[in-house]
Amino acid sequence: MYDFSYHKPSSLAEAAKALGSAEDGKLMAGGMTLIPTLKQRLARPSDVIDLGGIVELKGIRRAGNALVIGAMARHAEVAHSDVVRSAIPALAELAEGIGDPQVRNRGTIGGSIANADPAADYPAAVVGLGATVETNKRKIAADDFFKGLFETALEDGEIVTAVSFPIPEKAAYMKFPNPASRYAIVGAFVAKTGGGVRVAVTGAGPSVFRVAAMEQALAKSFTPDAIKDIKVAADGLNADIHASAEYRAHLVTVMARRAVAAAAG
Amino acid sequence: MSETGIGAAVRRKEDFRFLTGQGTYTDDINRPGQLHAVILRSPHAHAAIRGIDTAAAAAAAGVVAVFTAKDMAADGVGGLPCGWQIHSKDGSPMIEPPHPALATDRVRHVGDPVAVVIAETKAQAREAAELIAVDYQPLPAVASAAEAQKPGAPQLFDAAPGNLCFDWHLGDKAQADAAFARAAHVAKLDIVNNRLIPNAMEPRAAIGEYDKATGEYTLYTTSQNPHVIRLLMGAFVLHIPEHKLRVVAPDVGGGFGSKIYHYAEEAIVTWAAGKVRRPVKWTADRSESFMSDAHGRDHATHAELALDKDGKFLGLKVSTIANMGGYLSTFAPAIPTYLYATLLAGTYTTPVIYCEVKAIFTNTVPVDAYRGAGRPEATYILERLVDTAAREMRIDPAELRRRNFIPKDAYPYQTPVALQYDSGDYFTTLDKALAAADYAGFARRRDEAARRGKLRGIGLATYIEACGIAPSAVAGSLGARAGLYEAAEIRVHPTGSVTVFTGSHSHGQGHETTFAQLVADRLGIPIENVEVSHGDTDKIPFGMGTYGSRSLAVGGSAIVKALDKVVAKGRKIAAHLLEAAEADIQFKDGKYVVEGTDRAKSFGEVALTAYVPHNYPIEELEPGLDESAFYDPKNFTFPSGAHVAEVEIDRDTGIVELVNFTACDDFGRIINPLIVEGQVHGGLVQGIGQALLENCVYDPEGQLLTGSYMDYCMPRASDVPSFAVSTNTTLCTHNPLGVKGCGEAGAIGAPAAVMNAVLDALSPLGIRHLDMPASPERVWRAIQQHSLAQAAE
Repeated sequence: MYDFSYHKPSSLAEAAKALGSAEDGKLMAGGMTLIPTLKQRLARPSDVIDLGGIVELKGIRRAGNALVIGAMARHAEVAHSDVVRSAIPALAELAEGIGDPQVRNRGTIGGSIANADPAADYPAAVVGLGATVETNKRKIAADDFFKGLFETALEDGEIVTAVSFPIPEKAAYMKFPNPASRYAIVGAFVAKTGGGVRVAVTGAGPSVFRVAAMEQALAKSFTPDAIKDIKVAADGLNADIHASAEYRAHLVTVMARRAVAAAAG
Repeated sequence: MSETGIGAAVRRKEDFRFLTGQGTYTDDINRPGQLHAVILRSPHAHAAIRGIDTAAAAAAAGVVAVFTAKDMAADGVGGLPCGWQIHSKDGSPMIEPPHPALATDRVRHVGDPVAVVIAETKAQAREAAELIAVDYQPLPAVASAAEAQKPGAPQLFDAAPGNLCFDWHLGDKAQADAAFARAAHVAKLDIVNNRLIPNAMEPRAAIGEYDKATGEYTLYTTSQNPHVIRLLMGAFVLHIPEHKLRVVAPDVGGGFGSKIYHYAEEAIVTWAAGKVRRPVKWTADRSESFMSDAHGRDHATHAELALDKDGKFLGLKVSTIANMGGYLSTFAPAIPTYLYATLLAGTYTTPVIYCEVKAIFTNTVPVDAYRGAGRPEATYILERLVDTAAREMRIDPAELRRRNFIPKDAYPYQTPVALQYDSGDYFTTLDKALAAADYAGFARRRDEAARRGKLRGIGLATYIEACGIAPSAVAGSLGARAGLYEAAEIRVHPTGSVTVFTGSHSHGQGHETTFAQLVADRLGIPIENVEVSHGDTDKIPFGMGTYGSRSLAVGGSAIVKALDKVVAKGRKIAAHLLEAAEADIQFKDGKYVVEGTDRAKSFGEVALTAYVPHNYPIEELEPGLDESAFYDPKNFTFPSGAHVAEVEIDRDTGIVELVNFTACDDFGRIINPLIVEGQVHGGLVQGIGQALLENCVYDPEGQLLTGSYMDYCMPRASDVPSFAVSTNTTLCTHNPLGVKGCGEAGAIGAPAAVMNAVLDALSPLGIRHLDMPASPERVWRAIQQHSLAQAAE
């Protein structure tokens, strides 16, 4: 990697200040994407601001009818948290399926959603549960947060502080992992809440997306059969050596159906 | 059987140092004053080099030197040699283009080395490497051998029109055609053996060192055969005589064939160390390994099997296009020829076999031996063909194999493709495998799976391999440019402990334990009193190293021969001490005993006498008890086996789950069953990886699409079931231990067994063939197409 200045602030304010005064600063949460990128010399930030020392970004708590997960909560903490397991077990299971044990013990929810990798798991839960992303400046609704390939609504100097998930009646996540990387080729998060049904898909497109036709059908009948014939178009979906767009489109229906079965079961 | 002798499941002596992080790998070695090398590699699959400007790099912080091909040429450095020469059908020798350590005027694959930067730190070398300006003129490139042989394809070498390296054959085509003319049935397949990237756990590394005082060079390197590297690099590349060149292969973390070859980086660091008069270290990062370690397999084949009405094999015809990559790696020409076509008889009595192989240059990383090396490719074709024939003729696959097995009483058995098998019993091996796999009960399991919506299939493969490579004269007559014996030296120390110096090299195989068991067993001394030394050409005798499952059969036999000499000399000394006739002395359980008496001298007492010869027959016998031996095998060894795989396929996703795997193998006498089982497990996982997960993919322009673990899928523990492995032993008849070798078996049998299971599961849909790997989308597409076709009918 190229040389950079390293900062490890102990408060959010200090982090924002360091980021603001850096010529080309990068925030580092778990570093699971940033470090490999630096090692491959694909990025050359002037400053790296490590968020690992900021206590206010940590922690998982229940707040009324919501589950609030600090931005620096590691995947392994979410996976093993009793609070998460009792409130939204599907979220704990999603976290348990991310990467491998090393990644789960370093990677964070804040880092994952701020990076907005098209094949990351968390975006499916954030959108699928209609969560709210909290930053040092504002609160952003899930549907407004993910803007495209590695693109979010975050502005310069804005730092994710927590994600607040409403607690659903039923929810499940089903992932078809890339056999090599274990990222999602297709991951479908399905949730039934007081406000309706949500179906959010990661991995298949440039960014996480909802499938309105499935949501409407499931609102009428929350059963796998209700969506078995609902297909998404292959146009615009991702394609690589592991899965064509057509195959991904097919898998969206399969994984959503299986998620409904798991949630309903 | 003693607790540490032949046949004992001794825990590996070497594991303590490995498991506690105390191994010494090449990258762990740091020499005083050491510099670091970073190699600039081609980003292009094919390009002319119009110029290289190294001025900015040379001026960068910490840089000691920047070298290109011009600098090496000015010193008379030669190209990397090829160790095997093949002749084409017309008798002409293979095309052997130059293989410079650093590219001269053209690069021929992504990763081809272009320049080397040597600096105080690795980071400085890296920074400077980015400052080298190479003026490339990109040229059209071709990655597929099938495409590269077509008219109009991009050409890699002027000397190799049509990119043809050689057009070779084995067998009699006219006889084969005659056999096919009599056939009641012909099974045909077009079949691809997918390209693999070896991925040893330890990336390659090399340190070159030059001693100004003595003029001696030392190379520390990740090699399976340090003496071979010394010979090739000293004699052909750097022109350093052997007595001034030491090659050390310390602990090596896996090879699988990829660390047999003499690589450019070894020559570069050794030569550069002499230029800059300081040690120079290079360690590959993982991305470099993907684009510079020799790859494996990559065949495209059309094969046909002729059968009579009863399913007896009448003849086999095989036509293969083998991808050689951008240059010839050290043993590349031998792999798709003499290690491949000679195995096409398999376990069967097929009377006529004809095989032709076109070896083609492409803009890809050179291809060479990878675990199994030619034998998995042959086994895969044969066993897929046999299953195809069984299905088409409606004969049970196990039964069809039995009808064609070489009879138990037919050994030695001469195949039509040059080899003579010395021993085997394929019937019992298959029966044991089928019983362990509950082959008879499969229909019940298939029906139960169907109720869960899954397609379940069972597949078997039998295999034969030629190991214990090789009788030197035979190998020489087939084009090998080296002998293939092995050497051993037994150094008995004055108080009776022993150091074994072996030309074999352990890079995961557990030789330090297995070889120590041979000594403990023969000399009757505790295994703790035996040390096995390997890897340092200054210590070990001139031996050929470890590959082709040869270490025990050839290297172990050399040790046994040397031990025999030690015991014989000890007998003379004991006879003197016991004042008895030599013929009356028996050596047993570590003691020389006068037959029929209780008068005895222990091995330790005899050893001490040999080194403190106060009371000694000094007129007739030299002092000391060191002996050495070379062993040149009389024949190959022929391990064989039967593997049974069982899979379940998810129709909705195409995911193949391997649910059961059973292997019964004949490895001859087993010295350490624990180590053998471990070798089988490792081989199976690599074979299963090839069948289901691993695939090296280049785009049509020669860019490597699977250049990291994000896209190249290595098998994980969770991808495989718990294996049921067993053995059925027939002894090798021509080596002193009766051993055959076990290192490659798993990787040879598993691909065909798994794919036969996949195709069995898919057969109700009318799917008759899929290429490896049986990836989810490939399986799903086949299911979709055939379901639609069935629906239309």
